[in-house]
Amino acid sequence: MTVGAKDGLTTEPPAASPRRRFGLAFLLVPPLTWLAVAYLGSLVVLLVSAFWTTNSFTGAVVHTVTGDNITRVLTDEVFRTVTLRTVGVALVVTVLCAVLAVPLALYMAKIASPRMRLALVVAVTTPLWASYLVKAYAWRMLFSPAGPLAWATGYSPGYGLIATVVTLTYLWLPYMIIPVFAAFERVPDSLIDASSDLGASDVSTLRMVVAPMVFPGIAAGSIFTFSLSLGDYIAVTIVGGKTQLLGNIIYGQLVTANNQPLAAALSIIPLFAIVLYLLAMRRTGALENV
Amino acid sequence: MKPTLARLGLTLAACAALVVACSSSDTSGGTGQAPPKLEPLSAVGNGEGELNLIAWAGYAENGSNDPKVDWVTPFEKESGCKVNVKLGNTSDEMVQLMRSGQYDGVSASGDATLRLIYAGDVAPVNTALVPNYASISPFLKDKPWNSVDGKMYGIPHGWGANLLMYNIGVVHDAPNSWASVFDGANEYKGKVTAYDSPIYIADAALYLSKTKPELGIKDPYSLTSAQLDAAVELLKAQKENISEYWSDYTKEVQAFESGTSVIGTTWQVIANTIGTENKVQVNTVLPKEGSTGWSDTWMVAAKAAHPNCMYKWMDWITSPKVNAQVAEYFGEAPAQTKACEFTTEKDFCDIYHATDETYAAQIHYWTTPQKQCVDGSGDNCTAYDEWVDKWQQIKG
Repeated sequence: MTVGAKDGLTTEPPAASPRRRFGLAFLLVPPLTWLAVAYLGSLVVLLVSAFWTTNSFTGAVVHTVTGDNITRVLTDEVFRTVTLRTVGVALVVTVLCAVLAVPLALYMAKIASPRMRLALVVAVTTPLWASYLVKAYAWRMLFSPAGPLAWATGYSPGYGLIATVVTLTYLWLPYMIIPVFAAFERVPDSLIDASSDLGASDVSTLRMVVAPMVFPGIAAGSIFTFSLSLGDYIAVTIVGGKTQLLGNIIYGQLVTANNQPLAAALSIIPLFAIVLYLLAMRRTGALENV
Repeated sequence: MKPTLARLGLTLAACAALVVACSSSDTSGGTGQAPPKLEPLSAVGNGEGELNLIAWAGYAENGSNDPKVDWVTPFEKESGCKVNVKLGNTSDEMVQLMRSGQYDGVSASGDATLRLIYAGDVAPVNTALVPNYASISPFLKDKPWNSVDGKMYGIPHGWGANLLMYNIGVVHDAPNSWASVFDGANEYKGKVTAYDSPIYIADAALYLSKTKPELGIKDPYSLTSAQLDAAVELLKAQKENISEYWSDYTKEVQAFESGTSVIGTTWQVIANTIGTENKVQVNTVLPKEGSTGWSDTWMVAAKAAHPNCMYKWMDWITSPKVNAQVAEYFGEAPAQTKACEFTTEKDFCDIYHATDETYAAQIHYWTTPQKQCVDGSGDNCTAYDEWVDKWQQIKG
């Protein structure tokens, strides 16, 4: 994207007056400062502090450079187990969100009447108005052994990983539906008509015409659901029973153990996972048109 | 792309240099071997007009939660010190807040006090300047969690024991041993609860000190590596029977009321809450092995901006009437012996065994485990950061 913008600038005649340049700088400096100082700066602080150590009793940070934290993060079995569990949860939540969102978004964008569409958009987005905690505790009620779910179906998975996945899927579903809905809306009806005029079945049209155009939307949504699930540590304390995720480990090291360097080293894991995920998405070409 | 990357690298390098340059100056004062030498206040002068406190919820009520529960406003009127309260949710959070240096005092539990003392965050207290200190329960004075080398680092506020609570509708045999949540927990498989903090390892160690004397555990907070491992094994076995761990008390209330948990460690205030709501019937017992517990102390920040107001506050909060109010509101034993005359519930002090020294002696108060064994038995003990790592391993 940036490359394209640059090319656009260089092809323009070199008529940028000092005044225009000043205006441009005035517009760009605040966001760039924000990006460099608040965003990249905090990441750098994180990366640097991962190489420090602490006084084991008072927890005060000691500024001696050491690779111990990184080594521990890479070798400790607990961290490995929890990382795998966390990434697993994030992937399952993402897949579940996509599976639920695609048919719903397709219906909303292409089949529903305008009034129905409006109603559905409102229905999908209203849960975003309620507090995160209220929603998580509502699921805690639902999953309780004598709760509504057990009463209605005679079965409740109880508090644990399943409950966590279900709760997270519920919490992040709107973030998947909205971009997928937008992607479906951008597919011109004429293309679908043309496809069927040429003798393609509905399934073939969906697979060969609509799917490639909608995939970037799913990818965008999946980045939200994946990264939000990866960082979540509150839902799991409410409905997760005795399980813990990476966020709980980081929180435990930071707040309970007061071991900021190890917490920093641990938070490189989700950072790394997100970068890998983004690179994988880029390889599929999904990010080109977003 | 290349120049952009180079520029980005340069920016990152500049940021890194900035970070290193800024942070290398603030080296910590405490080494962890001996607390830094700090002098207590020699006289209490006029109040500075303001006081910034870190407190447990319910310890500094100004009527905003319940208009009838207010002992901060009268203090403000009497002393002229305007009180700002920051609630701390855990001991660890309180330690972090105190380290910021913006507060005058804190209501610290025993697992925070030593960390604050050794880091030089709090100063010794001149108890002669706090008149109400004289009638504080004697068994709370000069304890390992609130004093070092005979110097008091605060004024005791109140205390309580971690009890064994069970749902009498499900647990019929009136247990009186922690075995019900450890070796015998299988009976209530998937319905046992435990406190979600590394300090809970001490509960397992206390149980082992009675059931496996060959391990040689004398004090549950002074564990060698082998003893710590034994406690960890016990807790890993317990995990199979756990429904969920609790750390905030409403979660345990709800877990018992919904039947998710039927037996486990608790505080009296939780049992009282469940009793008031009357959805399930629970009972609490101090098991025969004794128990761990908490004893809170008001401490003065070493660099307090308003030390006079803090001394006035410490005297106010431990005065008989106010201490009785706090203890009843929170559900704990008041540290002030004279408080028992002022409780609205007449047998309050008996329920909480406030002046019962033998009951209090059965409680092993939370204290921060350190390399230098807290019971003075040597220097080969395990420190709190090891406990945190072990706790994360237990939870897997």
